[in-house]
Amino acid sequence: MNKNEWPIFEIFIRSKNGLEHRHVGSLHAADAVMAMENARDVYTRRQEGVSIWVVASKDITASNPENGGELFEPAEDKIYRHPTFYELPIELKHI
Amino acid sequence: MSPEINLEEQFQARIDAGEKIEPKDWMPEKYRKTHIRQISQHAHSEIVGMLPEGNWITRAPSLRRKVGLLAKVQDEAGHGLYLYSAAETLGISRDQMFDQLHKGKAKYSSIFNYPTLSWADIGAIGWLVDGAAIINQVMLTRTSFGPYARAMVRICKEESFHQRQGYEIMLGLAKGTLEQKEMAQDALNRFWWPSLMMFGPRDAESPNTEQSVKWKIKRKTNDELRQQFIDITVPQAEYLGLTIPDPDLKWNEERGHYDFGEIDWNEFWQVVKGNGPCNKERLGARVNAWEEGAWVRDAAMAYSAKNKTQNSKVSKTA
Ligand SMILES: [Fe+2]
Ligand SMILES: [Fe+2]
Ligand SMILES: [Fe+2]
Repeated sequence: MNKNEWPIFEIFIRSKNGLEHRHVGSLHAADAVMAMENARDVYTRRQEGVSIWVVASKDITASNPENGGELFEPAEDKIYRHPTFYELPIELKHI
Repeated sequence: MSPEINLEEQFQARIDAGEKIEPKDWMPEKYRKTHIRQISQHAHSEIVGMLPEGNWITRAPSLRRKVGLLAKVQDEAGHGLYLYSAAETLGISRDQMFDQLHKGKAKYSSIFNYPTLSWADIGAIGWLVDGAAIINQVMLTRTSFGPYARAMVRICKEESFHQRQGYEIMLGLAKGTLEQKEMAQDALNRFWWPSLMMFGPRDAESPNTEQSVKWKIKRKTNDELRQQFIDITVPQAEYLGLTIPDPDLKWNEERGHYDFGEIDWNEFWQVVKGNGPCNKERLGARVNAWEEGAWVRDAAMAYSAKNKTQNSKVSKTA
């Protein structure tokens, strides 16, 4: 690998105040400042955002799809975490 | 005109226009402080609130009840986490907030200073205490500070099951044996008034309300929320065949609301000031958990530091 290849940054944009930053994509840049400038140019040319976060991709630890089972299956049979598990008469209001 | 005043006017104009305020936006110092206080106290309430209910997990009367309660208490820990994180965006650290709680400088909801004496109390808490919390929290989903409002949206999604599991417990007891029905009535008797107190002092005694409404921190006053809770809850108690312990409670056709009796404000202030039945026990349990857990936190950090030095050695030699 070329040692001088620019690192990847993940870009998060807040489309308007009140909403969370959402992942929109990634880009290469020499550092975070450049990543910010490039993200502005790439992802907010049509006023898509009011705030940008750039995060070096190497700093993100992602779950491995192969581990999906052990991570997510345990929630499948925990139906008692949902409101519908509890049997209340339908005539009851506001609950 | 000083630039500071100008900023404050601009800030108010943004709030009036229904805009959300985000952590890096300029905000009046008092807005920041009020939020740090309110959000951290809300967070403390979530985690201290785990204690009275945790008390019954091992003694739940069936597996169904046990998994429900366990899942609820687990959710409350999550609620604490969402809220501590929201407060951290305003520049206070997690440790600072814990310190304020442990030193008795920060408050949490007084309701959790009452004991859970019988299994029926778990039903009453889910139904009434989570019910009251939901009314407050639904309002807060529209609060002006973005991170707080978003935490509230998450929390409200999870609360519905809390209240339903509580009501299901009450329903089971109320339709059970005479003894079970008496348990349910006794729990309602003890939790009714403290639940009404959860909405805080009367508007007339609540000097911060005006500013909070102006900044859209609160969208309704304490008295409005309390009335809303009573109006919703009375028919639910009737359905259970239980009696709300308030002889003055009656429907007022003209107002379109229930009239209700006077809250014992002396009791309210006593509990707020630390003299409730369980204040010492609750705080003691939190401090104990923090101190006893210190070695775990330290060990995890030591392990992480060790891995870092080893990794940097590896990458240098590679
Ligand atoms: Fe709660
Ligand atoms: Fe909660
Ligand atoms: Fe809850």
